[in-house]
Amino acid sequence: MKSICLYFQVHQPLRLRRYRFFDIGNNHYYYDDYTNESIMRKISDECYLPANKILLDLLLENKGKFKVAFSITGIAIDQFEQYAPEVLDSFKELAKTGDVEFLAETYSHSLASLKNKDEFVSQVQEHSDRIEALFGVRPTTFRNTELVYSDGIGEMVSEMGYKGILTEGAKHILGWKSPNYLYCNAINPKLKVLLRNYKLSDDIAFRFSAEGWKEWPLTTTKFVEWLNDQDEKEDVVNIFMDYETFGEHQKKESGIFEFLENLPKEVILKSNYQFATPTELAANYQPIAQAHVPNPISWADEERDLSAWLGNNLQDEAFNKLYELRDDVLALKDERLLKDWRYLQASDHFYYMCTKFFSDGDVHSYFNPYDSPYDAFINYMNVLSDFQLRIKEMRNVLADKSDLMEAELAEKDALIEKYRKELDDLKAQFEKAE
Amino acid sequence: MRVLMFGWEFPPHISGGLGTACYGLTKGLSKVEDLDIVFVVPKAYGDEDQSKMQLVGANGVTINQVQTHVEKFKSKHTYLEVDSQLVPYNDPDEYYTFSSRDVYGKNKFFKVDKEGKLEFSGKYGANLIEEIYKYAYVASTISMDHDHDVIHAHDWLCYPAGIAAKEVSGKPLVIHVHATDFDRSGGSVNPKVFEIEKMGMDAADKIIAVSNLTRNIVIEKYGQDPDKVVTVYNAVEPVSFEEKQAIKKGVKEKVVTFLGRITMQKGPEYFVEAAYQVLKRTSNVRFVMAGSGDMLEKMVTRAAQLGIADKFHFTGFLKGDDVFNMLKMSDVYVMPSVSEPFGISPLEAMQSNVPTIISKQSGVSEILTHAIKVDYWDIDAMADAIYGIIRYDSLSNEFKEKGKEEVDSLKWANAALNVYDVYNSTIESFVEQTNQN
Repeated sequence: MKSICLYFQVHQPLRLRRYRFFDIGNNHYYYDDYTNESIMRKISDECYLPANKILLDLLLENKGKFKVAFSITGIAIDQFEQYAPEVLDSFKELAKTGDVEFLAETYSHSLASLKNKDEFVSQVQEHSDRIEALFGVRPTTFRNTELVYSDGIGEMVSEMGYKGILTEGAKHILGWKSPNYLYCNAINPKLKVLLRNYKLSDDIAFRFSAEGWKEWPLTTTKFVEWLNDQDEKEDVVNIFMDYETFGEHQKKESGIFEFLENLPKEVILKSNYQFATPTELAANYQPIAQAHVPNPISWADEERDLSAWLGNNLQDEAFNKLYELRDDVLALKDERLLKDWRYLQASDHFYYMCTKFFSDGDVHSYFNPYDSPYDAFINYMNVLSDFQLRIKEMRNVLADKSDLMEAELAEKDALIEKYRKELDDLKAQFEKAE
Repeated sequence: MRVLMFGWEFPPHISGGLGTACYGLTKGLSKVEDLDIVFVVPKAYGDEDQSKMQLVGANGVTINQVQTHVEKFKSKHTYLEVDSQLVPYNDPDEYYTFSSRDVYGKNKFFKVDKEGKLEFSGKYGANLIEEIYKYAYVASTISMDHDHDVIHAHDWLCYPAGIAAKEVSGKPLVIHVHATDFDRSGGSVNPKVFEIEKMGMDAADKIIAVSNLTRNIVIEKYGQDPDKVVTVYNAVEPVSFEEKQAIKKGVKEKVVTFLGRITMQKGPEYFVEAAYQVLKRTSNVRFVMAGSGDMLEKMVTRAAQLGIADKFHFTGFLKGDDVFNMLKMSDVYVMPSVSEPFGISPLEAMQSNVPTIISKQSGVSEILTHAIKVDYWDIDAMADAIYGIIRYDSLSNEFKEKGKEEVDSLKWANAALNVYDVYNSTIESFVEQTNQN
């Protein structure tokens, strides 16, 4: 029996407010609460809440036969908590069915895996802790920010004890090979690698409502036919996409919710596929080969590389300046400072600085708060400058404190010395008297 | 004496030094007894300061028989089209949309609203040349309605208006050169702009240049008779900065500021390179590039490339109080202009007690002594000067004190008197000429 794996990514960027030069040193709050709240409310109402409701009904109806997986970034969870707690509750409902798997990732949707191993590990742990606390199960499969993956990243992930990792079935990596098998990491074969079938995934995520597409309208019948058309020997089909596909990227009017509602029944009744979660796939199938990915890949853009976030002068400058601060941030042990630093690591900030989309900025302009990549960079660097100032100030305060303590200690030492002398004198007097 | 003056901008609606200079000068002129000024700008918004003179918006003038007249006018002054990036300077807000648009639609007639009035945008942008000629056309009507003894036109944008007025009223024309296209373009002059400039200078009875630098350009490049060209330096409006409440300076480091349009003429790239040199030697400094323009993105990229973006900030276009705030925060003001006919902004900086570094290629360097002067291309000298001022308080205090004194002695009233003299001599020789004829 073949398996189909549905996985949805849930993330909302934490947008920065317009942070001007004049704010540096004067105001340490960086976030655009109004925009963040209104976008979160809008997407909750149009996507998360209705889609979760449909999934809950489907899971209850097809008990044990229908399964899905989610990963929710820490940044999204924080915002749910603040602006739409009922969404978190509905995810908890889903978790209770037992047929939903929650995956691990970095807490702040960061690119730490490319820069600093210690930071990466600590963010992943922070996220897994949070997921376990919320849904009662510790994640066993990992998905990196934007499905960024390389052999090295896989090695780090397997060291942390995760059984599987999700990434893109990128053409330039696979060549003639098919994504519809289970693969394993090239350095540590114990780690299973699940590759996204980007054709079938994007048929839903990108093309569903494209009326110019020759397959439009896409029905569940047609989709299941395509599943059945896959080569006989292939084991798995991985459908990975943004959860916002439902109701946000593809509007309600396109019929995307009806598609979701009917898909499980169609698959269960009319195909030889069963639904499986990533961890089940990793446990139940034999990897067919190693996936060799010496250089990082991602699921973004035509290039499927890192160029959406890193590579131009602006992005590299911001990225490097941010991570230079790590030692200072950790040494200060200040909760708010650490939180801000982690929020500033979100890959979205670097995405907005991407210059390669000047011509067709379609995907990049999606909820992009900035007029241009330069604008994004200027704003981000102003925030970062203020952040640097805070670190400096806190270090000065700490240094002052330690100076004070030293002075106090010296004073006490002098006092002890004085008393000791008096004591000695008294002893001597006493001995003399005797 | 009655003066008919043509300008392009007027506070509070200004996008650069031209508007500031026009305002200061007319204010100075208003102190001269026996002077009435009618100041004409395209699009009077209604909230300008009108206590000093009568302000007539070209769009407030009713035009009759527009179509035929326009046809005639165009054939007289030749029909013009200009490539986009060569217009004098664009409204900073509109720059992005502007650069991608077509410059001049092939409309045969100007748009006239219901009452027969021409619609003026009053902003620099895509249809600038069209605006100039609409303005010139309206000028001829205005000159009929307002009696005057002399016509005064500011910068090339108004030359056609001045010429048109002269043709109708037959009064002498003084043109005021605030900049030439040689300054704006760095040498590669737009022939159409040059043609208008030359036309204006040829038609003028007297030419006022804002510095000897500009005077030389007018004489050499436009072939004008040296006797016809007079230098009258600009001045600066006295402002009592103490009255305003400044926002708190949030950064502890010294702040070095560039404030102006980020265009080739202003030499922003030399400022970035100098900043890099200074930052190599001390970290106790931040650089701010305030303004916007077609080189902004290049500068952002360059700062990122040099790895100084956390110490080099961009503010975008600053308006009103933000300019004041910016100067209040600054410890050094740098104007590295490649070619600056005058340059009022360093004077404003010195007024607010900011030591100033200016390029030798600026008109203002001819009159200032208490400012550091460097060649715009000499990044090392610029870096040295910046470093010196931020490191040695004695030097910085000296500049603050002496610079303020010096600037306070530059008054528009004096400049106005010089302009008044120009009016008098122009009218005199004009009368003589007419008598001879």
